Amino acid sequence: MSFLLLIEQVLNGLQFGIMLFLMAAGLTLIFGVMGLINLAHGSLYMIGAFCAAAVAAATGSFLLGLVAALAGAAAAGALVELVVIRRLYDKDHLDQVLATFALILIFSEGTRWVFGSFPLFLDVPDFLSGPVTLPGGIEYPLYRLALIVVGLLVALGLYLLISRTRLGIQIRAGENDREMIAALGIDIAKLYTIVFALGAALAGLAGALVGAIQSVQVGMGEPVLILAFVVIVIGGIGSIKGALVGAILVGLTDTLGGIFLPEALKLFLDPSTATSVGSSLASMAIYILMAAVLILRPAGLFGARA
Amino acid sequence: MTELVLETQDICKSFGALRASRNISIGLKAGEIHAVIGPNGAGKTTLIGQICGTLKPDSGSVRLLGEDVTQLATRERARLGLGRTFQISSLAMEDTVLQNAVLGALGAAGNPWRFWQDALKDRALREKAESALERVGLQDHARTRTAELSHGQRRQLEVAVALTKEPRAFVMDEPMAGMGSEGSKRLTEFLDELRSEAPILLVEHDMDAVFALADRISVLVYGEVIATGTVDEIRSDAAVREAYLGEDA
Amino acid sequence: MIRETYLNTLTLGLFVLIPAWALMADEPFTITLMTRAAIFAIAAIGLNIALGIGGLVSLGHAVFFGIGGYAMGILAYHAQTYTPVAEWPFLIDGTKSMPIIWLVAVIVSSLAAFVIGSLSLRTTGVYFIMITLAFGQMFFFFTISWAEYGGEDGLSIYLRNGFPGLNTLAPIQFYGLCLVILCLVLLFTWRLSKSPFGLALNAARQAPIRVETVGLDPTRLKLIAFVISGAITGLAGALFADLNRFVSPTMFSWQTSGEIMIFLILGGVGRLYGPVIGALAYVALEHWLGGLSDYWHIYLGILLLLIVLFGRGGLIGLASGRKVAHD
Repeated sequence: MSFLLLIEQVLNGLQFGIMLFLMAAGLTLIFGVMGLINLAHGSLYMIGAFCAAAVAAATGSFLLGLVAALAGAAAAGALVELVVIRRLYDKDHLDQVLATFALILIFSEGTRWVFGSFPLFLDVPDFLSGPVTLPGGIEYPLYRLALIVVGLLVALGLYLLISRTRLGIQIRAGENDREMIAALGIDIAKLYTIVFALGAALAGLAGALVGAIQSVQVGMGEPVLILAFVVIVIGGIGSIKGALVGAILVGLTDTLGGIFLPEALKLFLDPSTATSVGSSLASMAIYILMAAVLILRPAGLFGARA
Repeated sequence: MTELVLETQDICKSFGALRASRNISIGLKAGEIHAVIGPNGAGKTTLIGQICGTLKPDSGSVRLLGEDVTQLATRERARLGLGRTFQISSLAMEDTVLQNAVLGALGAAGNPWRFWQDALKDRALREKAESALERVGLQDHARTRTAELSHGQRRQLEVAVALTKEPRAFVMDEPMAGMGSEGSKRLTEFLDELRSEAPILLVEHDMDAVFALADRISVLVYGEVIATGTVDEIRSDAAVREAYLGEDA
Repeated sequence: MIRETYLNTLTLGLFVLIPAWALMADEPFTITLMTRAAIFAIAAIGLNIALGIGGLVSLGHAVFFGIGGYAMGILAYHAQTYTPVAEWPFLIDGTKSMPIIWLVAVIVSSLAAFVIGSLSLRTTGVYFIMITLAFGQMFFFFTISWAEYGGEDGLSIYLRNGFPGLNTLAPIQFYGLCLVILCLVLLFTWRLSKSPFGLALNAARQAPIRVETVGLDPTRLKLIAFVISGAITGLAGALFADLNRFVSPTMFSWQTSGEIMIFLILGGVGRLYGPVIGALAYVALEHWLGGLSDYWHIYLGILLLLIVLFGRGGLIGLASGRKVAHD
């Protein structure tokens, strides 16, 4: 277990966490402003990945693929908001769960119908392929490093959007007091559609970016969605800052746990048992982290209420 | 001085910069109705929350039957004998009136861990529930769904549910609100008799009822008790007239 | 009310008549479909206690379904390989006996429900939904990495487990067993809904502060409801594993949790017979729509969306014209 490996794994964990943040930020924003739990957020992630893969394959340009992912996911998000989601704001959580579960079924099967059951592949663009040498002599894939940078830039952009712009003021008003934004003469229906499309675009971006290092296939969104839920439970619902901290915690725990738990157990157990028990434990590590947060701080690390 | 059944000692509660309760000390003696009045926003709901255990005071204590209950949960205070009615009815709306009353009896019995017998056929629970309904005059509505009751009837049911527990002290949050004059009059008569069973801390806007019923009145303004006294004392208190009655009358 | 009673009687009638017809017409596949429906109904009745009466929107009931399944898989696997389940702290052998398997399934899923419920009930609302979903995923990944019991591929059991006095290999006999369990679970749920516990739980869903004020603990009521709910769904999982003679991590997946919820929604939440009618409708849809199109989940999704947006109360609600359950 060398120091270099540790750094590499920390970077992997960071990259994973940052991608989770893109998902969790949208979810938490949508919950914060509209009070909606959206299970179909994973479908928007998938739509982003498919748009990127299809456009990149047709045009040969990864960047055009990314643009398509953002536009496609945002458009799908806006459409779904207009047709279905806006009928759910006044309904209880059970109805929201069921309706957005129904949307998963429709999106997943629809995508399977259009693209078939085989995975698509999205290649890392040439200008981002290959390793890069970091200070200290660590070789690390340039693309993954780019993901970390892009993710952090998006986080910064989101922070500026919410703290500095007119839309941001409206979003914050919406989180605090829904009646107030109506009183301020803001078009709530339009605001909601914009927020939902924004969340969808973030999910689509994450899907496209991750699509280049994993395969693009139906059902790719839901495991990420559930991890994003874990992130939100840990970070505290409605808090973008909580989403960022929670996402990085989850990313690091998952990645480092998979490496270090088997190693640590080898100190007590024979190697093959250590490997199997260690990997089983590692698969549960983030959920154990979630349980610990629930016991210590039921409202999450940055939750509003204790 | 007689033993106080229920009292707050110097309780304070702030929400951010807002000081909703400032060193409030009020007591409830056996056999009395003690009314708490005050303009909207005076902190009456916050006070009730702290007495009943949904809010914890920042400092000070709440005592019930001589025991310090400041750290106890709502249900533990209920078990010790605190009966409460809500300003906004909080009943099981889909259930019948009788089911709500039986729930009260079930709480008094303290054992909900029976999974097979029919709750409505349990003799002890049912008798207790029915006699409480009869006392508030809802016996003819036992099978009505609670959602179909009028606002006034829901208030009566609130009182009935509280009665099933045979509490040692009542806290009633605006029991007259939403009632017609006939209903208010009947409830006034009923509360008048009830005080001999258990004293009542009454938060009420209906001044006719307050002046007709209260043995003592405390006036709450901006989180502070500015005066406590008999009806006559309060009527003639200069500070009260200025801060409250003057504006209202 | 009267129409609802007719509908309930009709449904139970179908659970007798269809298999009787299938037996005479020698259509064993139909009996298998009906067995599937009966088992799904039991799983959804379990969820109905938590969700319908207690108001707990659990998206993690696959955990209990899966635990029931793996209870059967692990015990039967050790019995068929003549290896002990555990040698420490004392020797535990595998078994091929259904009653023992059911008992283990019920106990282990109750324990899991107790732990998950204790953690999840520290919060409410959306948090509860997300946490139950997450714990489901935890079990899913755990079984995938559990190489000893087949990992991702799951476990196959060669022969269906036995029940004293029955030939469980005969589809109709196994079906009969499942139907009897379904009826017993229905009877229990009916009594429970009218019992003091049911009354208090029902109130804890509608007005938790009221339950507090009468001196009861709404969270404890909900926790016990969650445990009972998990136990029943766990029993269904053991039966489902025996129907397929196969268990795999899929039983723990979030889709399974969603499906159990769909059974309930199709029929009608909070109604005694809702899960029964919903499970039957689901199996029928799966059979017919699945025969028409590979993409039948699209139609299921649309149907579900329509029920949520326009027809709360499920099929019973639509047929009886009443939105609110029970009287």
